[in-house]
Amino acid sequence: MTEQAIPASPIEADIEIYGALKDKEPQKPPQSQWRDVWDQFRKHKGAVFGGGFLLFITLGVVIGPWLWDVDPKALDIRSKNWRPIYTLLWDSEANAGWVHPFGTDQLGRDILAQMIAGGRVSMAVGWLAMGLALLIGTAIGVLSGYFKRLDFWLMRFTDLVLSLPILPLTLLAVTLFRQPLNARFGPEGGMFILIVGIIGLTSWMQTARIVRGDILALKEREFILAARSIGTTSGKIIRRHLLPNVISPIMVSATLGLATAIITESALSFLGVGFPSDYPTWGKLLADAVQRMQDYPERVLLPGIAISLTVLSVNYLGDGLRDALDPRIRGR
Amino acid sequence: MLTFTLRRLILSVPTLLFISFIIFGLLQLAPGDPMAQVPLTVPPEVKQKMREALGLGAPWYVQYYKWLIQFFWIEPKVFIDYLTNTSFLLGWLPDTSFYQGELRVISWQTRSPVMDIVAQRMPQTLWVVGLSYIVGIVIAIPIGIYSAYRHYSVFDQAGTFITMVGFSIPPFFTGPLLIVIFSVSLGWLPSIYDTTHVVTDWASFKIQFFQMIMPVMVLALQTTAQISRYMRGAMLDNLNQDYVRTARAKGLREGVVVMVHVLRNSMIPVVTVIALGMPAIFGGAIITENVFKVNGIGQLLLTALFANDLPMVMTLTFIFAILIVLFNLIADVLYGLLDPRIRYD
Repeated sequence: MTEQAIPASPIEADIEIYGALKDKEPQKPPQSQWRDVWDQFRKHKGAVFGGGFLLFITLGVVIGPWLWDVDPKALDIRSKNWRPIYTLLWDSEANAGWVHPFGTDQLGRDILAQMIAGGRVSMAVGWLAMGLALLIGTAIGVLSGYFKRLDFWLMRFTDLVLSLPILPLTLLAVTLFRQPLNARFGPEGGMFILIVGIIGLTSWMQTARIVRGDILALKEREFILAARSIGTTSGKIIRRHLLPNVISPIMVSATLGLATAIITESALSFLGVGFPSDYPTWGKLLADAVQRMQDYPERVLLPGIAISLTVLSVNYLGDGLRDALDPRIRGR
Repeated sequence: MLTFTLRRLILSVPTLLFISFIIFGLLQLAPGDPMAQVPLTVPPEVKQKMREALGLGAPWYVQYYKWLIQFFWIEPKVFIDYLTNTSFLLGWLPDTSFYQGELRVISWQTRSPVMDIVAQRMPQTLWVVGLSYIVGIVIAIPIGIYSAYRHYSVFDQAGTFITMVGFSIPPFFTGPLLIVIFSVSLGWLPSIYDTTHVVTDWASFKIQFFQMIMPVMVLALQTTAQISRYMRGAMLDNLNQDYVRTARAKGLREGVVVMVHVLRNSMIPVVTVIALGMPAIFGGAIITENVFKVNGIGQLLLTALFANDLPMVMTLTFIFAILIVLFNLIADVLYGLLDPRIRYD
């Protein structure tokens, strides 16, 4: 035996040339796909901040009423029109104090408590409407991508809905169907169902299109053929093989949907067709404060900043998710 | 291309019919009563007669058919008569008189034809919306180009952040915010848009200019945010292409490479986005008009909704639908015209 090992076959000779292939084991331990996604996601600072802020706001409005247990509807006319606590910084005479950190409105209701209660409604509307839109969008997208017979009609239907004027129709539906739903579910429950339903029913189209496109491409891949050849039924193929593979576009459009739903709900409240007036939402608080914004600008600013920051963080989250879930960008 | 355009035009007719049917159906299902404002002292049989006078006694298909005839047949006749008789643009044509006094779409609020009111309100909306769109595009395109060219630079990061913020702040917040800053604190700009103001000389032009700044900028912020993102994306896609390297390698100046070769190719998707975004801007104008008290068609729609004025609501919503279908068509046709790789045959 000589010092130099004689290559047994031409393939081994090639391996000698390409040094990288000599590695016996991978240079870094293998990790799961979601670990990779998380690593990429962490690199996007805006997305991490956005996700963190969204979590903070959601937790804040969920557990807020226990931490700040002031009734948002309690009238206290003696201590009306308090300014927020920070006005004391430049005006020590101001009517402010730690009893009402964000001040009170013209009827003496605590604004912090109202913001928490309003945030609850706004976020609940946002999450539920987004969920409804995703459900409809995914169902229509999967059906029309997987079943060729349904494709034409479902996509024509999607195109039709896409060309509906959404904001005018939403205004229309909310004003017209307010009474019967209120009569059945009470003024707050009825409005809630109506707004969630309308936003959900009018914002599923983009999800449906994206999901359909992905399903069309996935359907032709070998693993689907393999699944079909061992006799898997269509329902099983969709649930077991297709849906897990379209989860990333669905998650990205979910963030977009959440942002749109929050903005639409606030816009409806702002135009005066949303929830009843003693039922605070962020849009409602903003709209009610506009009349007095010369004297009390903070009442416009606080809910406006809450809406804007939430939507901004959701948008950044979506941006980061899109990068993290795209395997072509990941690892770069 | 022509056959494609024609096919799309013909296809848009059933689409529009379907949309009009949906809107009509919604209004029919609605429980609102247009007689709700009539005093209680009016006896029920008189109320019934009033209802029939409004055309509410007829079955729904008759109502729908009459609306269709009025909107698609009688209103165009009135419009053509107006064009040839009095309008500035086509007034030189021989006068026509197609309109023979048939019943037009009548508003229940004012008892006057809906289209006359729409024609009165349209200029305000078009001025604000159109100008804001142009301003938005003019700001957005250079930002998009520069931040793509200097990818990951401070300008790019700042631009991306600002567009993200502009994208996220809703117009019903920017509007009051601007009013608080510029009308209340600084007192530079009026907070209410005065539509009766007539521009006659320089001073009145200045007033008009100042009162338009805020509504236009609020709407333009949304447009800018959206379009500069698209512009940046399209430029980034093109800047790494082989033809750019070729252009540089043969010694073209950097300005020519970016502003002619890359820009022309990047404009293709952006132009379609601009066309597609147009109807959404009209929708956003509903909110902006409400904030700044512009009496355009958005505000008209809101007041008509609250007053239960069904013919007005129906017609206005349908006009919004026409705008969407029209601009979708324009976007598709433009895409085919601009990009030789796309053929719709």
